[in-house]
Amino acid sequence: MRETKYWTWHMAAGVAIFFLLGLHMLIMHMGGITHLFAAHGGAAVSKENSLFRDSALFFTITYVLLLGLALYHGLYGLRTIVFELTLKPAAEKAVSLVLLVAGLGLFGLGAWAAIAAHAIAQAGARG
Amino acid sequence: MAELKRYDNRLGLWGWLGGGRWGVERYAYILHRLTGLGILCYFLLHIVVTSLRATGRYLWVEGQFFHRPIFKFGEFLVFAAFAYHALNGVRLVLVELGFAVGKPIEPVYPYRTSLNVQRPLLISMMVLALIFLAAGGYEFLGLAR
Repeated sequence: MRETKYWTWHMAAGVAIFFLLGLHMLIMHMGGITHLFAAHGGAAVSKENSLFRDSALFFTITYVLLLGLALYHGLYGLRTIVFELTLKPAAEKAVSLVLLVAGLGLFGLGAWAAIAAHAIAQAGARG
Repeated sequence: MAELKRYDNRLGLWGWLGGGRWGVERYAYILHRLTGLGILCYFLLHIVVTSLRATGRYLWVEGQFFHRPIFKFGEFLVFAAFAYHALNGVRLVLVELGFAVGKPIEPVYPYRTSLNVQRPLLISMMVLALIFLAAGGYEFLGLAR
């Protein structure tokens, strides 16, 4: 029952990622066509445009949301693939624990960076 | 609580990757996993690299380490993997929820498979992925300004 719940979350996270990462791809990797959220013109990945997006609360929130959803979706997917090798229960527990710790650590790092970059960009925008 | 019944994956890695004589969906499944693993590897590095902007280091801008043609090409591979994985994933979610597989019928000979019912969905998603890939390629080749 618990695995069914985790699998449902995995699918739901995939649907949410489809929209959030789709928007990210349209901005970052199709910027020359879409020209979305690149207020300073030029490349979407330039420092000026990165700071512009970091200064907007919308991007800070969606970055943290996307980070959490993508880490869950990706690491749960990896766990599913690894478990298909028919591991012993103790090894399954160890794999789950390592992925959980890695996921939480990376989420902490990414969330801290998104919030810190927002504060820096806001301070820069105020001069 | 009931114990999970475990099945031995005697094929090991080949059990993951071998498509054998199964249909095109089996190969779509293998590619879905490979693209997923590729995106995950990139994503874990991406978190670390983009987090450095909080310390004032923008390693992907012009003149910096990740602004080299090899990384640009790598980015395109990630974009292609995303286009495939996302659109094939939409198909998988729809099929999992019972859409596009037809209504259940009695198993009367000659048997019909629901795989053929959902195949137009697979083809539509792959066409969409190719359109995204073409648009992304246009951008990565520097043709869009």
